[in-house]
Amino acid sequence: MNYLEVKDLRVTYRAGEGEIPAVRGAGFGLAPGSKLGVAGESGCGKSTVALALLRLLPRSARVQGEILLDGEDVLTMRWGRLRAVRWAGASIVFQGAMHSLNAVRRVGDQIAEPILLHENATPGEVSRRVGRLLEQVGLPRWRAKAYPHELSGGQRQRVMIAMALACEPRLLIADEPTTALDVMIQAQILRLIDRLVGEHGISMMMISHDLSVLAETCDRLAVMYAGRVVEEGPADSVFADARHPYTAALSSAFPKIGDPESRRNPHGLPGDPPDPADPPSGCAFRPRCPVAEERCSTVDPVLWPVEPAAVGNGAAGRAAACVRMLPEMRSAGVAAEPAEPNVAAPEESR
Amino acid sequence: MTAPAHSEAPAGHGAGSGEQREGIVRGLRYIGAKLLTAAVSLFAVMVTSFFLFRILPGDPVRSMTQGREVTVEQEQELRRQFGLDQPLWQQFLDYCAGLFRFDLGVSYQYRIPVAELIGERIGPTVLLAGTGTLIAALLGLVLGTRAGWRRGSATDRVNTGVALLLWSVPSFWLGLLLIVVLASGAGWVPGLFPTGGMMTPGTTGLLDVALDVAHHLVLPVATMVAVVYAQYLMIMRSSLLDEMGADYLTTARAKGLRDALVLRRHAVPNALLPTVTLIFLNLGQVVGGVILVETVFAWPGLGSLFYSGLTVPDLPLVQALFVLFASAVILMNLLADLVYPLLDPRVRT
Ligand SMILES: Nc1ncnc2c1ncn2[C@@H]1O[C@H](COP(=O)(O)OP(=O)(O)OP(=O)(O)O)[C@@H](O)[C@H]1O
Ligand code: SF4
Ligand SMILES: [Mg+2]
Repeated sequence: MNYLEVKDLRVTYRAGEGEIPAVRGAGFGLAPGSKLGVAGESGCGKSTVALALLRLLPRSARVQGEILLDGEDVLTMRWGRLRAVRWAGASIVFQGAMHSLNAVRRVGDQIAEPILLHENATPGEVSRRVGRLLEQVGLPRWRAKAYPHELSGGQRQRVMIAMALACEPRLLIADEPTTALDVMIQAQILRLIDRLVGEHGISMMMISHDLSVLAETCDRLAVMYAGRVVEEGPADSVFADARHPYTAALSSAFPKIGDPESRRNPHGLPGDPPDPADPPSGCAFRPRCPVAEERCSTVDPVLWPVEPAAVGNGAAGRAAACVRMLPEMRSAGVAAEPAEPNVAAPEESR
Repeated sequence: MTAPAHSEAPAGHGAGSGEQREGIVRGLRYIGAKLLTAAVSLFAVMVTSFFLFRILPGDPVRSMTQGREVTVEQEQELRRQFGLDQPLWQQFLDYCAGLFRFDLGVSYQYRIPVAELIGERIGPTVLLAGTGTLIAALLGLVLGTRAGWRRGSATDRVNTGVALLLWSVPSFWLGLLLIVVLASGAGWVPGLFPTGGMMTPGTTGLLDVALDVAHHLVLPVATMVAVVYAQYLMIMRSSLLDEMGADYLTTARAKGLRDALVLRRHAVPNALLPTVTLIFLNLGQVVGGVILVETVFAWPGLGSLFYSGLTVPDLPLVQALFVLFASAVILMNLLADLVYPLLDPRVRT
């Protein structure tokens, strides 16, 4: 059984008069001890998903769907249980460590806080553990006395990682853990996370807009576009052999270093993602899709298994949300009645 | 000079003493700059206070001799005695020289040295203003925190509404209202509190005196608090609102902290930083409040002294008090500058 199972997650922000459907039916699973990469452009709803996993969204957000963490639905949990699950069951390394740490408290105290909260540990034990955690992330013990502003960006992110590991969680959610850092440090931090997660046998969900980084680190990839997962599958095959035109564009926007094929074709993706408050009819990617067809404006494709026969070996467990993946459509060329409820036919086609 | 705490620095924490010395030098420079600013402000206040009260209408000698038959010679003699026959610049120089010798001149009304008068009256004012400000600040911080944390809730609306209403009420009006309702014994409410003064004459014994003073203190303090706490509430509320969306609060929640702990451990310490500065900056308004409240409640402090001095005008007295009040505000601001680094580690280093 998957440690994390997200089913048809929908998050809508109330903003003034209007509503922003930031996540529109996203789903994915994460096996124990495995690493899932979530990729997608800015604004596609990655952080919203991450925050939803521990019910950390602001009150302006309406959340629907199912988030099963070790079999328990996070969305219907009682408060007490939820607080116990937070950090001990799953912890988060946030996007910007500068603002995610409290500026007026020593980093050692901030790392110790969840330990004191979730476990019966004596102060001496806690401070020893804080020291050990700091050493694990490559900081000397005495740095526990530092305030966040006394550390560099990379050191702060190391503190965040130490903090996230403090209660030995089973799942680590890393939301763009390196965006605010310069390139050299980014690589260091990614290696650090990768190593620690492996050593502790922790499952990880890593969010990034850089598909190539995720492909290198993770076992599986989920590519998000406009609030949905549009492609999902084993990391290598998704990255090397994209089935969804958006994934294909993402892989060429971040070429694999040393790969001459992608070098020759380094085009980015033209245009902007759709306004979440006013998505286009049919496939949300249509306005930017280089291979869009007529039916793409009437059919709203949902994640669909990619036929193993069509992609060859090693493609088991792949899925993409594109009309070109739907078997009956490929043959008939019409918006056929979907075989499973998770392919939604829009009103226009009825 | 010794360098304590140095031996505690763990190995690898080298370069300690140099860094430490540098830090001390920077600290001293900071304090020096703040002291200099305070001194300049103080000088400006001295000059202002001299000229300000000379614009007031009224002739001090006329007021002093009001209702009595005086000859022109007697009037002239009075003028000479108080130095009012001198040219303005000479008066100014005398005034400055006096200030530096702590010789504040002789009160026109009371005919005793101003310094002596102030010495007698300063205790009650410190008691009233201190108690009032402390209660108002605590009340404002607590209620402001509650209001901000639940923005838009009933708690928020009631708290802010009441505070703003009380804020908009003139303090003398509120004071008089309290006297009429709670102290005069008129109507159906018995006179629960004294109408004015600080002590019932003839009270003896330390405990009795303390209780009696406290009893007299209730209404004036209540008036002051009612009028002043709204500012503290609004400041705390808005600085808390500024922190509300901050990422470190999401971190705190993600750790599994209860809402109350997220507020107490994380949001409040951050929201307090701007609040503390603003509270100190607002102390000037406390001075204004104290003058009115003391006058309404006949509280024997500097405020009522100032008020009585203004009507004469008792120039040496009001000048000295003006300088004193302004110095208190300047001193508080200086204190804020010196206290702030203790609260905010980012300023400390
Ligand atoms: N608190 C909020 N209130 C209203 N709208 C929000 C809120 N937070 C996010 N959104 C909107 O929801 C959408 C998804 O935002 P989200 O932060 O999840 O994107 P993201 O994929 O994490 O982007 P990035 O790569 O920039 O971090 C965006 O359109 C954003 O404007
Ligand atoms: S459904 Fe159509 S528009 Fe959407 S990605 Fe596939 S081909 Fe492009
Ligand atoms: Mg994000």
